[in-house]
Amino acid sequence: MLTVFLQFLFSGLTVGSVYALVGMGFNIIYNATSIINLAQGEFVVIGGLLMWFFLESCKLPFLVAVALTILSAGLVALIMERLTIRPLKTHDLLVMIMVTIAVSIVMRGLLMFKFGKDPYSFAAFTEGDPLVICGAVIPLQTLWVLGITGTCILALYAFFNLTMAGKAMRACSFDPIAASLVGIPVSRMIMFSFILSAMVGAVGGIAITPISLMEYDKGPMLAVKGFCAAIMGGLGRGRGAVVGGLTIGILESMTAGYLHSGLKDAVALLILLAVLFFRPAGLFGSASMQRLKGH
Amino acid sequence: MRFCKTTIALALLLMISVSFAAAQEPIRIGAILSVTGAASFLGEPEKNTVLMLKDQINKAGGINGHPLEVIIEDSKSDETQAVLAAKKLIDRDKVVAIIGPSTTGESMAVISTMTQNKVMLISAAAGTGITLPVKERYWIFKTAQYDMSAVEAIYTELKKKGISKIGIITITTGFGDAGRKALQEIASQYGISIVADERYGPKDSDMTAQLTKIRAAGAQAVINWSVGPGQVVVTKNWHALKMGIPLYQSHGWGSKKNIELAGKAAEGVIAPLGRVVIWDKLPEKHIQKALLKKYVTEYESRFKGEPGQFGAHAYDAMQMIAEALKKVGPDRQKLRDYIENNLKNWPGAGGVYTMSPSDHCGLDKNAFEMVVVKNGDWILLK
Amino acid sequence: MTKGHSIALLILAAMVCTLPNMTDDSYFITLMIFSGINAIVAIGLCILMGSAGQVSLGQAGFYGIGAYASSVLSQSFGLPVAASMICAAVISAGAAVILAVPALRLKGHYLAVATLGFGEIIHIILNEFGPGGPSGFGDIPALSAGGFAMTDPAHVAWVVWGILLLLMVFSLNMLNARPGRALRALHGSETACNAMGLNVVSLKIKVFVLSAVYASIAGSLYAHYVSFISPSSFSLFHSVLLLMMVVLGGITTVWGGLVGAVIITLLPETLKAFQELDVLVYGLILTLSLLFLRRGIVPIVTGKIHSLLERRNA
Repeated sequence: MLTVFLQFLFSGLTVGSVYALVGMGFNIIYNATSIINLAQGEFVVIGGLLMWFFLESCKLPFLVAVALTILSAGLVALIMERLTIRPLKTHDLLVMIMVTIAVSIVMRGLLMFKFGKDPYSFAAFTEGDPLVICGAVIPLQTLWVLGITGTCILALYAFFNLTMAGKAMRACSFDPIAASLVGIPVSRMIMFSFILSAMVGAVGGIAITPISLMEYDKGPMLAVKGFCAAIMGGLGRGRGAVVGGLTIGILESMTAGYLHSGLKDAVALLILLAVLFFRPAGLFGSASMQRLKGH
Repeated sequence: MRFCKTTIALALLLMISVSFAAAQEPIRIGAILSVTGAASFLGEPEKNTVLMLKDQINKAGGINGHPLEVIIEDSKSDETQAVLAAKKLIDRDKVVAIIGPSTTGESMAVISTMTQNKVMLISAAAGTGITLPVKERYWIFKTAQYDMSAVEAIYTELKKKGISKIGIITITTGFGDAGRKALQEIASQYGISIVADERYGPKDSDMTAQLTKIRAAGAQAVINWSVGPGQVVVTKNWHALKMGIPLYQSHGWGSKKNIELAGKAAEGVIAPLGRVVIWDKLPEKHIQKALLKKYVTEYESRFKGEPGQFGAHAYDAMQMIAEALKKVGPDRQKLRDYIENNLKNWPGAGGVYTMSPSDHCGLDKNAFEMVVVKNGDWILLK
Repeated sequence: MTKGHSIALLILAAMVCTLPNMTDDSYFITLMIFSGINAIVAIGLCILMGSAGQVSLGQAGFYGIGAYASSVLSQSFGLPVAASMICAAVISAGAAVILAVPALRLKGHYLAVATLGFGEIIHIILNEFGPGGPSGFGDIPALSAGGFAMTDPAHVAWVVWGILLLLMVFSLNMLNARPGRALRALHGSETACNAMGLNVVSLKIKVFVLSAVYASIAGSLYAHYVSFISPSSFSLFHSVLLLMMVVLGGITTVWGGLVGAVIITLLPETLKAFQELDVLVYGLILTLSLLFLRRGIVPIVTGKIHSLLERRNA
C-alpha cells in the first residue's frame, strides 16, 4: 500500500515540478507587466529541443549545452518582447492575450520547421539504477528534476528578495509609475522579466526531456497546466505557483492511480475552476491585494 | 495531286499530334494525407512514398503512356479539412480515385462525400468502421491492417504462453481507443481477462501511476496501445519500475526511432509488426521480401529515414491503383470493380491481400509477424 | 438597424441566393458552408466580447455540446433534426448558465481562464463519455425540413447562411436597441450599471447564454452536414481559432465576426502552397494583423470609407 502510494507521489512530484516551473514563469512576467504570457509552454519546449540540438547534434559538452540552451531561450524571449509586446502600448487585455497566443503559434511553426514532428530525447544526467524506497521505484532523473526545481525556487527567491534588480522588478509590479519615479527603468525590467521567465521554462524543459521526451507541440498543454498552478497559488506569488504545480501533479497522479486514469487531465482544470470560483486570489494571495491591483 | 498529298500529309500530322496530345493527357489521382498536425508521423512517410512511386511510374512510361499526376492535399490531421480536401479533389481536380486519409477519424468523415460522388477511396487508416459494414462501404477500401488483427496476433501469442490475466494501457485518441475496444471485445475468446484498464493522454509525461496500478492488479502481461512518444514513455516507465511482466506494444511500435529513444528499456518488448519493418530478417523466398527490399532501400536512399508501416499503407494503395489503371483505364467505376474483384493473394508491402465484395481490407492477422527487441534491433519471435 | 446595415444585409442575402446556383463546384460550396458555420459562432462571440466586454476562450465547448447533443437526439432518439437542434441549444444554454453564475464574479484574465477551463472540461467529457469516445461516431442524420433530407450541398449552404442572416438581423436589432445599450454600458463600467439600476448579474448571464446558443446552433449544423464527429474537432485549438476570427475581423461589430470567420476559414486553403511552413505563416499573419490591424479589419475599412465620404462631402 505504501509502495503504491509512494510511487504515485513521486510520479506526481515529477510532472508537478515542471508545472511549477511553468507557473513560476507565468508569475515572473505577470508581476512585471500584468500580462499572461500564453507562449510560456513554448519556452519549455525550446529548452528541451535546443538542449538536444547542442548536446546530441553539435556534440558539445553537457554544461556548455545547458548554458547555450538557457541563453538561447532568453534571446528568444528578448526578441518576442521587443517585437511584439513593446510596440503594443495598449493594456487591452484581450489584445495582449491574443498576441501571446499568436507568438506561440509562430514559435511552434519555427520549431516544427527545424525539428520536425518527431520526439527527441537525450540521456539522463546521471546513469545508474533507480532508487528504491519502500518498494517504490524512483528513477535518478526524477531526483534531478526535483532538485533543479528546488534550486530554481531558492535562486528566484534570493533574486527577488535579496538583489537590487529583483527588488526593482517587484517594485514595477506594485506600481510602475512610482517605480519609474524612483529611477527604475521600467521597460528594461519588463524585458528582463521575459528573459528570466524563458530561462526558467527552458530549465524545466532540459530537466524533463530525458524522462518524457520532447516534441514541438508539447507547449499548449504545459501552458494550461502551468497556468492552473499559478492561479491556484495566487497569480504573482512565486511560492504559490510551486505549491500549485506540485499539488496539481500529485492530484493528477493520485486520480490516475486510485480513481479513473481517463479523467486525470480534468483534475487540473477542476482545481482551476474551483479556485477561480471560490478563492480567485489563490491559496496564498490576499483578496485585498487583488482589489488594490485593480483586478 | 500535290493538293491531295498535302492534305494527306496534313491529316496525318493532325492525327499524330492529336494522338500525341491524348497520350500526354495526365491521369489524376488524389491523396489526402496528414502531412502536418497531430498525425504527421503518419502523413509524412505516406506522402514521401506516394511521390517516390509516382516518379518511378512516370519514369517507366506512366500509365499506358499517360503521365500519372498525384495531387496531395494536407488534411492537417483535421476532419473538417479532410472533407474539404475530398471535395476539392473530386470537383476541382476531377481525380479518379483517392488515397488516404491517414487517420481513422478523417477516413470516417470523408466516407459520405466519396459515396455520394461515387469515387473510390483507399484509406491508409486502421479503423474497423472504415470498411465495415461492407454493404455501406461500396466505394471504400483500405490497405492498413485491422486493429483487431493486431490484437488477435498478440492474443494468440499470449495464449501460447499460458497468460490469462493482462493489464491494458491505451492512449485517449482514436488509435488507442480503437485498440482498447478490440482488446476488450475478443479477450474472452482467448481465455484472457483484463484485470486493469488504464488510459493516458497524448502529451502526458509519465505513466508510472497507471503501470503501478496494473502491477498491483496482478496482471501477467501489460499491453500498451498507442503511437507516438507515449509508447516510448510507457516503455521507459515499465523498465524503470522493473515490472517483471512482459510488455507488448501495438503495431504502432514499428519504427526504429522508438528503440532508439527508449534505449535499453526497449529490450524484450514484443509487438506484432508489419513485415516492412523487419524485411531483412525474413527468409529469402518469402513472397514479400523482394518488393520490400526494393521499397525500403529506395525510400531510405531518397528520404534518409525509414518508411515504416505507415509508408507501406500508402505504397500498397498506390500500387493497387496503378495496376488497376493500367488494366481498366481512368474510369471511376471500373477501377473500383477491379480493386474489389481482382486482387487475390496479391503481395504488397503491408501483407498479402485478398480483396472481395465482403472484405475491402484484404488482410488478417497473418499480415503481422511477432517481433521482439534484442540488442537494439528487431528479431522474429520464435 | 441603420440604413448601412440594411443595405449590406440585402447585398449579402442576394449573394447567398445566387452563389450556390452559379457553380457546380461542391468544394467551393463546402467552403461557403464552413465559413457560414464559423461565422455563426463568431457573431455570438462578438456580442459577448465586443459589446459586453466579456472574454471567452471556451466557445468550442458549446459548439461541441451543440454538435453532440443534436446528433445523439436525432440519431438515437429519432427526433426530427430541427427539434434536435433546438433541444441542443437549450442544453447549451443550461451549460452556459452553470458556467456564468460562478464566473460572473470574475474579470479580465480570470474570466478568460475560467472559460478556457470550462471548454477543456467539456472536451475531456466528450472524449471520455461521448458516444464512440475519442473515435467519435457517424451516420448522423442530414439536415432535413419536413421529412425532406438535404443531400445537395447547395441546399445546406442556403440553410446555413439563411440562419446566419436571421441571426445577424436579430443581433443588429438587439444591439441598436435597449438590450444592446445595456450591454455596452456593462462593458463600459459595471459600477455605473449598478448605479443606474441595471441588473448586471442577469445581463451577464443572458449574454453568455446568447453566445452559447449561437455556438450550439453552429455545432449542430456542422454535425448534420459532415455526418461524422469526434471530440478532436472541439478542442482548445478551435476556441483559439474562433477568438482569432473575431479579433481579426473586429470585435466591436458583428460584421467583424462574419468577415473574420470567412477569412480564417479560407486562409488554410490559400496557405496550401506553403506546405510545411503553413503553421509558421499562419502565426505570422495573425501576429502582424494584431500588431498593425488592431481594431480589426471591418472597423478599419469602414472607418476609411467614412473618412473618404466625409472628404467628398466637405
